[in-house]
Amino acid sequence: MRWLARWLDFVGRVGLFGMRVLADSLRPPFEFAALWHNLAEVGNQSLALIVVSGFALGAVMTLHTRSTLVQFGATAMIPAVQAVSFFVEIGPLVAGLLLAGRVGSGIGAVLANMRATEQIDAVESLSIDSFKLLVVPRVLACVISLPLLTLFMDFAGLLGGFLSEELTSHVAPGLYLSRAFDHLQWSNFIAPTLKTAVFGFIIGSVSAHFGYTTDKGAKGVGEAATNSVVVSSLLIIVADVLLIKCIYFLFPDTAL
Amino acid sequence: MNELHTIAVEFKQVSKSFGTQRVLNDVSFRLEHGQALCVLGRSGTGKSVTLKLIMALIRPDSGAIWVDQENVVGMREHGLSSVRKKLGYLFQDAALFDSFTLYENLALPLVRLTQKSKNEINELVQQTLTDVGLGSHGSKYPSALSGGMRKRAGLARALVLSPKILLADEPSSGLDRITASEIDQLLMRRRDEHGTALVIVSHDIHGVRRVADRVAVLDKGYIVAFGSVEEVSQSENDVARRLVTE
Repeated sequence: MRWLARWLDFVGRVGLFGMRVLADSLRPPFEFAALWHNLAEVGNQSLALIVVSGFALGAVMTLHTRSTLVQFGATAMIPAVQAVSFFVEIGPLVAGLLLAGRVGSGIGAVLANMRATEQIDAVESLSIDSFKLLVVPRVLACVISLPLLTLFMDFAGLLGGFLSEELTSHVAPGLYLSRAFDHLQWSNFIAPTLKTAVFGFIIGSVSAHFGYTTDKGAKGVGEAATNSVVVSSLLIIVADVLLIKCIYFLFPDTAL
Repeated sequence: MNELHTIAVEFKQVSKSFGTQRVLNDVSFRLEHGQALCVLGRSGTGKSVTLKLIMALIRPDSGAIWVDQENVVGMREHGLSSVRKKLGYLFQDAALFDSFTLYENLALPLVRLTQKSKNEINELVQQTLTDVGLGSHGSKYPSALSGGMRKRAGLARALVLSPKILLADEPSSGLDRITASEIDQLLMRRRDEHGTALVIVSHDIHGVRRVADRVAVLDKGYIVAFGSVEEVSQSENDVARRLVTE
């Protein structure tokens, strides 16, 4: 039971940390320059990873789907299966997990290093609110970037699927797209994409919490990086279950 | 002048523990504006903790800490922010922002806390860097500097807002004798020309003899000697005497 108490204690502390992020993000002065810098760092520099992963995943999924559907003579359904699975679940979840790996570890390590080398104390000593300058823009950058990156992942997956299909069955692009979007509703697309903002908040808050609050010096840098990835990935998957339930409740039509 | 107005820093029975380890024990001392206090002691005796308590980066377990007429103990963040504007802090390892150039390190507080124009900021940053002998290194990142240069850059950042009180954690460590002497001259000039109060943690007894108006010796959580260098050198406490004379 002790581990459960520790885990609940941790979730509580991260929750309070996240609430402080929300409160401070609404309180001036607003750190627009730091937010812009972090958007470039989180979004722009993750784009290649997201697009390449989405493309490869789309191609692989189509190959697997084809081998099953061909037995039922339902290969015409491949674009629809591809689109629904990517837009509803694979795109948001995989984009979240990839960002947790690339950005979460970076946020944890950078802030932990700043703590270990007294740079955070130095910010405070200059009468600058270190939480608002260093934590809030990083979390907001994750919240804003992840839905956008998810869009890139979705469309890269669709492109990968199309090229895989095109090489096998020479399907026309127009026909592929038509079949892909025939069964898709806006609610299949908007709600799952927006839920990644919550994933972004989890990645940013958990990683920043590990980095900002460490007190273990250089050893804490490695620990913060590892824990950021592990815990935020785990929480994303758990949150995904809860968010899907919420989406089904709010948009019953999306329950396929 | 009212006595209160002359006091830069005052500790009143301040105690601080980390876990079971008591670092400071009912420590009391007073420093006036325009004076330099050097804090001496063996490693791990709470010298850096004393500086961080003044800056309110950590809170004491008990006691009061007055900084320029304001008790920082129990003060909320907004109040602390205004007190910290009066303070400059040179960290032991400089604590420069490693993603910023030297210029940006110094310009950050000026941009954030003053209404100065870009030209005024440029001039002030350049002048402050020149004062510490780094006038031609403004475009470099901290990783491209030697330990001594980083230390001087940290000092420049601590001085750029012309603080009323400067806290310096081993300002001469890692520096050659000549550069250390130049840094001491710079500190003394700040004290003499601007009335800046200096609280300096140091192991360099040559520097202490040059700069200190008062010396406080910390040992096992207590101030075991306090006074001028001469007074401390004749202290009955063995640690205090050896730190100043050996």
